[in-house]
Order: sequence, then C-alpha cells, then structure tokens
Amino acid sequence: MVANAVQIRLSVNGESHDLEVEPRTLLVYALRDDIGLTGTNIGCDSSSCGACTVLVDGRSVKSCTMLAVQAEGAEITTIEGLAATSDGDGLHPMQQAFHEYHGLQCGYCTPGMILASVSLIDEYPDLDESGVREGLEGNLCRCTGYNNIVKAVLQVAGKEA
Amino acid sequence: MIPAAFDYIRATSAEEALAALTEHGDDAKLMAGGQSLIPLMRYRLVTPGVVVDIGNLDGDLRGISVNGDTVRIGALTRHTELEHSAELEATCPLLNHVASLVGDPAVRHRGTLGGSLAHADPASDLPAAVLALGATLVARGPGGEREIAASDFFTGFLESVLAPDEMLTEVRVPVTADGWNYQKFNRRAQDWAIVGVAVCRGGRGVSLVNMGPTPMRASAVEEAVAGGATAAEAAAHAADETDPPNDLNGDADYRSHLARVLTRRALEAAGFA
Repeated sequence: MVANAVQIRLSVNGESHDLEVEPRTLLVYALRDDIGLTGTNIGCDSSSCGACTVLVDGRSVKSCTMLAVQAEGAEITTIEGLAATSDGDGLHPMQQAFHEYHGLQCGYCTPGMILASVSLIDEYPDLDESGVREGLEGNLCRCTGYNNIVKAVLQVAGKEA
Repeated sequence: MIPAAFDYIRATSAEEALAALTEHGDDAKLMAGGQSLIPLMRYRLVTPGVVVDIGNLDGDLRGISVNGDTVRIGALTRHTELEHSAELEATCPLLNHVASLVGDPAVRHRGTLGGSLAHADPASDLPAAVLALGATLVARGPGGEREIAASDFFTGFLESVLAPDEMLTEVRVPVTADGWNYQKFNRRAQDWAIVGVAVCRGGRGVSLVNMGPTPMRASAVEEAVAGGATAAEAAAHAADETDPPNDLNGDADYRSHLARVLTRRALEAAGFA
C-alpha cells in the first residue's frame, strides 16, 4: 500500500467494511475492487453515463464522482443490496418492473438505471412520462432501450404508461 | 481515469479547514460536494497535493434562512436542497428553478451552491443566477470575514477573487418573489448551457452564461433597461462587450444570436414590456 493510504469504514448494503484506500480512490473502485461488489458498472468514468449510480443515504450519486473517503458515515446501497431494502423476499419493485417491461437490452446500464429510478420516484413522487425521461437524463442506455425503461419506472410510480 | 495522488484532510470545522488552507496554500483545494473538482482531478487538469474535505461541515454553512429582505444561504447547501426548499420558493424562486436545471439529479444530490460559485465556470447556471440577483458572497479567511458583491467575484476562466486561504461561507440574496426568468439553451441531456440568460426585474439584473471567460452581467442590456428601452430594444445589446467561445456546440456568432433571442424572451417573461 502507498504511503498516504487511509483507513476507512464504509457501510454498504447494511454491512460494514474496513478498508485501506488511497484518498484518490473513487467510490466505484472501492465497491468493485476492494469489496467485490461488481454489480456497479464503470461506463464513461466522466460523470456522464450513470452506469456507476449507487444510492448514498437513499439518493442517487455517480460513484465515479465521489471519493471512497467521502462516503464514510453514509449508507451506500448498490444493486446487490437493493432488494433487501424493500418489503418481501423477492426483487425490489423497480427490479421487478424492469423485468416485466423488459427495461433492458444488453443490461450494462441497468444497475445504475434502476438505482437512479428508485431515487427519482422517491424524490419526485408525481412524475409523468416526460418527467421520468428528464429525470433519467443522467443515465445513458446505448442500446437506446428507453421506452421500456420509462414504462417500468412509470408502473412503479403508479402511473402505468 | 484516476486522479493523481493527494493527501486528504477531512475538516471538522471551518477553522480547521482554513488552517489547512493557510498551511498548504496553493497546493490545497477545498472540496465540498466534489462535482466540479473530482472531474477536473480525474482528467488531471487539477492536481492538488492536499484536498481539504468540507463536505460534512454543518451549522451556519448549510441551510436557508430569511431575515427581512434578505435570504441567507449557507455555502454548503446542496442543489437538491435549493431545488426543494419551500422557504426559497416563497422568497427567491429563481434559485429553486436554476438549481433544478443543474446537471442531473445525481449531480444535484452532491453539488453545493458555494462549490459551484467558487468553481467560477462561465458555463454554469448558478453563477448567472447570483449575478442577476445582485447577491453578496461572504468569504472567510485567516483575517476574518469579508463581503464580496457577486459582480466583483468572477475574475477569469475558473478564477475568482477568493484568496487561496479563503472559503465561501454564505450567499445573501434580496427577497425576489416575482419578476424573474432563466433561459437555458442546450441540445443534449445534462449538458451545460450553450448560452443562458438570467433576469431579475426588481434589481434590473441581467446576466449571461457562456458568453465569455467568466459568468458575466449583460451591462449594456441593464443600461438600456434602466434607460427605458423595451425588452426587444434592450435585448439587441445582449452580445455587446461579450467574448463568446467558439466550440463544437456553436461559434461566437451563433452564441451572440442566441444571447439576443434568449435575453428578449427572458426580459419579457420577467415582466419587462
């Protein structure tokens, strides 16, 4: 380890992890490489695509644009831990809706898209279709499978498309 | 892309942050939400030796309060808090609206008002808003606090009058419940404005986004309005004394045209005849 590594404790999906990281370690690399949660994808590395979106205290954050050291003290939720945040034993309702509406093609954007959507309808409970489209502007689907994604989000928001 | 290595200091008070800035000078950068700084560091356009994290500081540095005719906003107030603040909606809805247009929701959950102003990006939305509102920015340094008029704050591309050992602590804006508008023109999701215009009728403030190296007031438009010009007449001066960039999104002539059109729309929407 390098000279200026720091000890941090991250709470991810309800579990505490003691890590030694360089201050420059981006949260997404700590999640993937140090904790082994590879459901969070790295897309653009430039805050544009949203593939690395996770929840920080319940709100969407691009984990390539947050240092791991900044996440100390927060509760991080990744796609692996999302189902456990909902009632019942199965998928989170947003995961279930993406499944039912086939809100994915290649699947690369899906973890970030689902977490951004969970945050979006919690923050803006009264969204219509255009609100969902604008609210997901920070998450890119290069398969361009947006129609079914938007349908899935609207279904969970109680506004079936 | 990974930032260059740096040492990390998590400040537990404003005094501790200022002490770190005093000790490390130009080699240190303050980080609030990191939504502008971390991208610059990833591209290695900025390589500070020390990052002083003020993101967890609280108290007066965060939150919105109204005192008579003045709205006081802590520098560490996040965009999402501006966007959803009922108090701000009642007293300065221009800031709610402009904050809701910054980046995308994930950026707004982390980014802060003070961070956006200190970053001093001519393409950013919030600097234009505080210019049009005639805001006062409060900076704290080793010698105490000083007040800076927003129109004196921005000095160059990504540069402000803040000294290396100073931090923004507060933004004060006059209560401005009506007579405002913001026009943001862009073509891609989550992008910066190609050109933007903010108007505040009460203080006759008009400001421009991405029309030069700094966030800037549209002084010629303000003077025309003060002289009794109509919205259309005043807007014809929107590109006067500007220096718009040429880039992939548009050349300077196109930006000048946009500035005139958007300024007319913004003036009319803000209630100027």
